[in-house]
Amino acid sequence: MTESNDFVQIRHAQKSFGTLEVLKDISLNVARGQIVAIIGPSGSGKSTLLRAINDLDALTGGEVWLDGVQVNKKLPHRQYEKHINEMRQQIGMVFQHFNLFPHMTARENVTMAPKMLKGLTAEEADALAEEQLDKVGMLERIDYYPSQLSGGQKQRVAIARALAMKPKLMLFDEATSALDPELVGEVNQVMKKLAEEHMTMIIVTHEMDFAASVCDRVLFMDQGVVVEEGPPEQVFGNPQKDRTRAFLRKELDETE
Amino acid sequence: MDIDLMMRVYPFFLEAAWTTILLSVLTALLGLACGALGAAARLSRFTSLRLLGATYVSIFRGTPALIQLFILYFGGPQVGIQLDAFEAGVIGLGINAGAYMTETIRGAIISIDKGQREAARTLGLSQFQAFYKVILPQAARLMVRPLGVNLNMLIKATALVAAISVVELTYTAQRYIGSTYKPFEMFLLAGVLYMIIIYATGRGVSWLDRKVRIT
Ligand SMILES: Nc1ncnc2c1ncn2[C@@H]1O[C@H](COP(=O)(O)OP(=O)(O)OP(=O)(O)O)[C@@H](O)[C@H]1O
Ligand SMILES: [Mg+2]
Repeated sequence: MTESNDFVQIRHAQKSFGTLEVLKDISLNVARGQIVAIIGPSGSGKSTLLRAINDLDALTGGEVWLDGVQVNKKLPHRQYEKHINEMRQQIGMVFQHFNLFPHMTARENVTMAPKMLKGLTAEEADALAEEQLDKVGMLERIDYYPSQLSGGQKQRVAIARALAMKPKLMLFDEATSALDPELVGEVNQVMKKLAEEHMTMIIVTHEMDFAASVCDRVLFMDQGVVVEEGPPEQVFGNPQKDRTRAFLRKELDETE
Repeated sequence: MDIDLMMRVYPFFLEAAWTTILLSVLTALLGLACGALGAAARLSRFTSLRLLGATYVSIFRGTPALIQLFILYFGGPQVGIQLDAFEAGVIGLGINAGAYMTETIRGAIISIDKGQREAARTLGLSQFQAFYKVILPQAARLMVRPLGVNLNMLIKATALVAAISVVELTYTAQRYIGSTYKPFEMFLLAGVLYMIIIYATGRGVSWLDRKVRIT
């Protein structure tokens, strides 16, 4: 494919919940290793867009492509299930509320899917859990249950769980929004580390500082459309659109 | 109060209590099976199955268990269903209990945060894998207590099968009243034995609940 220079492609994404149009013809390309931040006011459709990428929320129109393969291919139900499960293995996702499995230890949270879907042996799975949990600084807590961890620790385990599937792309939906301010840093640090390793990432965030320091590109969304996009210096330093300026001013006021 | 009489008939009541226990165990097992099927139907993605499950629940929760037993035991032969009293008791009460357990099981399953399913599906697990690896283990833990309530109700409901002459505790009490004319002593004895069964069951349920609780 000639156009597959772009690793992730969203083409004319459209999404309605009943009569409410949440995404209005959004297109976005992300190159391999690129990190894109999506910012915008509450209800603008950021989560919906992110969740459309792994088909957690199915688009009503448009296409999503990853590495030359269409994610939301039209297939009969059974075939589609098989296809989407394979695609999802390649797309890691981190949620605002962690969604760790409370009946499993950190180790089990990390190894469950690789064991089940990739047929890892117990030893391989243990090695994988140690490697991934070490990477997020949670090796000491490997046999703790989620209820025994702080928010920041939970989120780091959730990141390790996603990474254990060796995804090609990571999606973050406000990974630090539910955390106490003093715990935000440890999660951001892990994300920075991933950035240094050139993981392709799409990050929905309310943290403008973080977006500015880590991301290659920033997308400002409002009411289901991309209002403005560009490198962080431009979007934050010299926004072109009134709506972007108004939003940034409001965000700055709130953080001060 | 005729304590002497109570001591004399006590062994017969004890034997009847075993019948009550056996009846309860079999009813509970059948109820659990019906409840699991009922919940699966209620949660199905097929409208026809959901409707079937809902109909099952509303019929069996919407009519007296005694009427259900009578229809099965006395009415059954008319439509070619021949059951002895014990069989009719187990089947009738089991299907009845299943309707309540359907709602208990379904309730526990739908109370699991939808983020759990999403996280599992995001990792690439199928609908079924997500259910039995992530949803069910959590829901099963939540079910223990409410199923314990169902069990408590079910044990008490076994008294109804006295009306189709299964020789269990209540029936035995009635029979001895016929010969002794001491309803107070006889029903008291039966009541105490019911209480012991129910108390022991309750302790068992609490123990299981503590044991499976997520730390
Ligand atoms: N399952 C759903 N059913 C109906 N409407 C929905 C659903 N999910 C989202 N919406 C609506 O879609 C719009 C966009 O929601 P979305 O969650 O994508 O916003 P967001 O930009 O992520 O907001 P926030 O910053 O608050 O997370 C909102 O108006 C929301 O109410
Ligand atoms: Mg959101």
